[in-house]
Amino acid sequence: MKGNEALAEGAVIAGCRYFFGYPITPQSEVAEYLARRLPQVGGVFLQAESELAAINMVYGGAATGARVMTGSSGPGLSLKQEGISFIAEAELPCVIANISRGGPGLGGIQPAQSDYMQACKGGGHGDYHLVVLAPSSVQEMMDFAIEAFDLADRYRTPVLIMSEGMLGQMMEPVEVRDFVTPAYEKPWAVTGCAGRKPNIVNTLHLPPDELEARNHVLAAKYARLQAEQKRAELFMTEEAELIVVAYGLLSRVAKKAVADLRAQGLRVGLVRPITLWPFPDTFLEACMPAARAFMSIEISMGQMVEDVRLAVNGRAPVDFFGRIGVVPSPREVRDAIEDVAKRRGLA
Amino acid sequence: MKKVLAMPQSLTGARWHYCPGCGHGIIHRLVAESMDELGIRERTIGICPVGCAVLAYDYFNCDMLEAAHGRAPAVATGIKRILGDRVVFTYQGDGDLASIGMGEIVHAASRGEKITVFFVNNTVYGMTGGQMAPTTLLGQVTTTSPFGRDKDREGYPMKVAELLSTLEGAAYVTRVAINTPANAARAKKAIKRAFEVQMAGTGFSLVEILSTCPTNWGLGPVEAMKWLEEKMIPYYPLGDYKVKEAQ
Ligand SMILES: Cc1ncc(C[n+]2csc(CCOP(=O)(O)OP(=O)(O)O)c2C)c(N)n1
Ligand code: SF4
Repeated sequence: MKGNEALAEGAVIAGCRYFFGYPITPQSEVAEYLARRLPQVGGVFLQAESELAAINMVYGGAATGARVMTGSSGPGLSLKQEGISFIAEAELPCVIANISRGGPGLGGIQPAQSDYMQACKGGGHGDYHLVVLAPSSVQEMMDFAIEAFDLADRYRTPVLIMSEGMLGQMMEPVEVRDFVTPAYEKPWAVTGCAGRKPNIVNTLHLPPDELEARNHVLAAKYARLQAEQKRAELFMTEEAELIVVAYGLLSRVAKKAVADLRAQGLRVGLVRPITLWPFPDTFLEACMPAARAFMSIEISMGQMVEDVRLAVNGRAPVDFFGRIGVVPSPREVRDAIEDVAKRRGLA
Repeated sequence: MKKVLAMPQSLTGARWHYCPGCGHGIIHRLVAESMDELGIRERTIGICPVGCAVLAYDYFNCDMLEAAHGRAPAVATGIKRILGDRVVFTYQGDGDLASIGMGEIVHAASRGEKITVFFVNNTVYGMTGGQMAPTTLLGQVTTTSPFGRDKDREGYPMKVAELLSTLEGAAYVTRVAINTPANAARAKKAIKRAFEVQMAGTGFSLVEILSTCPTNWGLGPVEAMKWLEEKMIPYYPLGDYKVKEAQ
């Protein structure tokens, strides 16, 4: 199965029956797959007139309590940011996929991880966060889609799935799970007020104390997410002196490079963030004090590296290696790691 | 004794935040009375705009949702596509609908979304302090057209009902006003009919309602009604622009 299709089928398995999107490469297969698939399961696929409309359809759809989704890439995600801020504030569960491409501007459709900041540091206006999941295989595209809907409902939050365009295009075998029956009560949903008081979905808070109180409610949820949902995969981190941090498809390249270097006797390990937000800083923490140096490898000019630096908090040097528009080869990554190891006196 | 005038059930009774003489209060009441008479309050979902009616969720006694500026028709689409048997309406001003939200309204109408739109045309951006709207009349002075709207500088005022009536998906498009009791009665009839068109599944329905903004027009409530009649109606003629029969 193709990565994008696995993601889309994962949504269907999770009970998502509504998709609102606008075409953009390299995300289009998600939409095309669901355009065929959703009517088969009694759902609705609707091609919106723009990403602005798509995210606002998701806002309305999520407000009814249904599992809804949208997908896009780079420029489309930028257009969605106002709506995402509204959805986060209104605490509406939904899933957004960014099958990312290179930027800034129109950029290109080549591999990139340069929307990390947009995904993890706001993107839209106001104090909010998304839960951000980064799959690294076609299987995870499916599994994380299913998981994303669960997290969205459990925490009443939009969840973003970040995948490189290349992972979306890749074919790998996947194990398909049975359909999930979502079991969340949504007494807040707008469905018509028969037999109850009217529900209001709203993001406006004119009185200053009310606005502040709302922000505290959101902040408490984000604190809970940070306490409960930091996730990472550890690879050869035991007694590693140099910790490489890489996520998504690139983490698989880094894994190969790390394994090769371990075989050569270099004490290097890999931390692969699975949640980009909340960032799994506790996993980096756990690698210290054995780890004497860190290195972020990204398909960007250096974005996640800032979170690595925050996690390390000056206790060890943090280096960076990045490319844009290509997934660097294992050899290139190995050389980059070796280079850092030498520079930091570890090899 | 028979009670001849009561608060519609579809209004909460919360005190208006609207300025004295503002058309929004009248229009809210007409919408609410129509909901009562159709018996749809408990299955109606309303969507507020960004504009003076942003707080309409405090007034309508049904499930309500507040949308980003101009996006109400997209939000309504998301709801209606999922809850097809509910009645979904948006309530939007002219800045919200005809400027920033022009894309959403045109496409919702074109798709024939089975939603009802109440479009309040008061020729200005009320909430932000009386700036020029797409519907500001030629020669009309606003805070951002201080020399009067000039066709060569600011372009022509937009006729929304006419524009949307050309779209195949639009089933009912009409323009009414609230300047006299007779016109308000006609407005209510149109509002009810728009809901009925939605419930019959015929397609998209929109009622453009010529309204007043005494505060930003710099007029008293009575003069404002007069201004509506003398200046607005000649440029925005009242009447039905599209009436598609149910199939
Ligand atoms: C994206 C965005 N841009 C601008 C605004 C500021 N804004 C608030 S209300 C408004 C104009 C509303 O005017 P109109 O739709 O005519 O409604 P009225 O207040 O006259 O009823 C604007 C521009 C906003 N809230 N959001
Ligand atoms: S500013 Fe104008 S539109 Fe807004 S409440 Fe006052 S009179 Fe009504």
